[in-house]
Amino acid sequence: MVDLIKRAKELLETSAVNVVIGYEQGSGNKTRALFVRKAEDADKLIFDSRCVQNLAAYVTKKEVKEMGKMAVAATLPVMRSLIQLASEFQVNDSNLLVLGITPGSELIEFGNLADLETFVHKYQIEIDVRNKEILDKLEKMTQSERWKFWIDELSPCFKCYACRAACPMCYCHRCTVDFNQPQWIPVPSHELGNLEWHIMRAIHLTGRCIDCDACYNACPLSIPINLLTKKMLADAKEHFGGYQPSLKGDHLMSTYKPDDKENFIH
Amino acid sequence: MNIDKRLVRKESLEKLFDILKQNSKKIYAPFLKNGKTTFGNAENYAGISNGYIQTSQSSKDIAFPRNEHILSFSRNKEGMSVKGIDLKDIPDVILWGVRPCDAAGIGELSSIFNWDYKDEIYNDRLSKITVFGFSCNTSDEYCFCTSVGGNPGNTAGSDILFTKLGEDGDYLAEIVTERGAAVVLIAPELFERSEITGKDKFLAEVQVRFNQEEIKEKLDRFFESKEWISQSLRCLGCGACAYVCPTCACFDLQDESHGKKGTRVRCWDSCGFSHFTLHTSGHNPRDVQSARWRQRIMHKFSYMPERLSVYGCTGCGRCSRACPADMNILESLISIQEVTI
Repeated sequence: MVDLIKRAKELLETSAVNVVIGYEQGSGNKTRALFVRKAEDADKLIFDSRCVQNLAAYVTKKEVKEMGKMAVAATLPVMRSLIQLASEFQVNDSNLLVLGITPGSELIEFGNLADLETFVHKYQIEIDVRNKEILDKLEKMTQSERWKFWIDELSPCFKCYACRAACPMCYCHRCTVDFNQPQWIPVPSHELGNLEWHIMRAIHLTGRCIDCDACYNACPLSIPINLLTKKMLADAKEHFGGYQPSLKGDHLMSTYKPDDKENFIH
Repeated sequence: MNIDKRLVRKESLEKLFDILKQNSKKIYAPFLKNGKTTFGNAENYAGISNGYIQTSQSSKDIAFPRNEHILSFSRNKEGMSVKGIDLKDIPDVILWGVRPCDAAGIGELSSIFNWDYKDEIYNDRLSKITVFGFSCNTSDEYCFCTSVGGNPGNTAGSDILFTKLGEDGDYLAEIVTERGAAVVLIAPELFERSEITGKDKFLAEVQVRFNQEEIKEKLDRFFESKEWISQSLRCLGCGACAYVCPTCACFDLQDESHGKKGTRVRCWDSCGFSHFTLHTSGHNPRDVQSARWRQRIMHKFSYMPERLSVYGCTGCGRCSRACPADMNILESLISIQEVTI
């Protein structure tokens, strides 16, 4: 990614930004996040199909924010996340510069978040075919079959919260599950505790999740928790015409239109 | 006791499994779920995985479950009544397919649970576990047991250690403890007397990558280093590393109440979480991820050898394999060894 390295160097040399967040070669065949603060280190930046970690998860971190203005090498899912974060007042034009990497692997620098939003809106969020098939299968199950499926899938979860940590939208300083007096969600990773945690997570992300699969990729036990958010995305499409992150902040779960469907009320 | 060496034919392993099941033994063994190898209750031999380098989770939760009910309480007219758990309910378990690095981890975990307070529940669970270790004939770039005092054929922690003699070969069974010898007595015909030598040539080769005494000495002067920040910027602050670790022992106590009754549960916790050290005042002595990452390394390679005379890492490499941000403990340790202070 010659263009990215060149631009990162320029931005750091001219102090236009204090840090460029991108990817570097990791251990084994993995890639990982790289925080470039000196121009000479920009040569370590890489970009290829293995670079799927959502780097937007770092922009709300205390240590990263304290570095000052940042540039983020952003694939489409990262761009979407940044728009959603901007609409929630977590990033803005004064602290963020987006070095977009298009689906065709071209570098495109966005002068401001409004331009980024225009670009992002050219692409619809589509659930991939494989997961769509799984969702259809789940939909066709009886209630008790579906219950068994989820109890079985969620039972290994030991609540390491890697899903939460890897998700750009889970930036709360104190998550509901961290409260224990009173306990809103059971803290132990038993059947009820796991069910409540994952359902709460999915509901909190509805209308905010941009379907990047960071939660699933982060899970050390490969539990398909992204199916929950995908289902919410599919439902949002069916009932409210779909979801696109937008700077207007008209979030799906916090806005109301008189013609919204009410067929979920029984 | 002296290690007694026996030969177990490859077809005898299944027979051993069946005989132990007929003797009502509970067997935990590795099996595949969602593409990951993990320990679970084994009902039949065919379901047991054998091609894994390392299981995705350690076997520690058999002795230190992720949720452990340690007491129950109820309120009545006379006041509160508290009841401990009945240790008789804890079953005898055979842990089948444990890698030597995990078996070695049992000793390290035990040193924590017996440091000052002797943890009765942990010790009781441990006393009911028989460990069937299986030597490693493969390894990957995350393995570093030989740098922390172990090796792919280490007998420490196993009651019986099985080593496969060649790709499709029979097994050398090393009977390490009395508990292992008791298993042999259940099916003596399967453990043939034999003169087997040269076990090492069937083991994986794991190179020594660092010297842990040197690391310890360096860490004593390394607390304020900027290296911690550069190492940990990409750390996301989850607990995956601690939860897959065979020696991480931190826990949290939670009360779960329903009306006038409830239970106290010991749940795994991790020093990687920001709330782990949060005080009620709002002050957090480990306010940034670099301080938490430092704690993880210092605890295993400085505090544990100082206080417990054991290192807190067995080189299993799980934390590095599991990390969603590719925090690689081996790489960090090598860079600590190489950096000049």
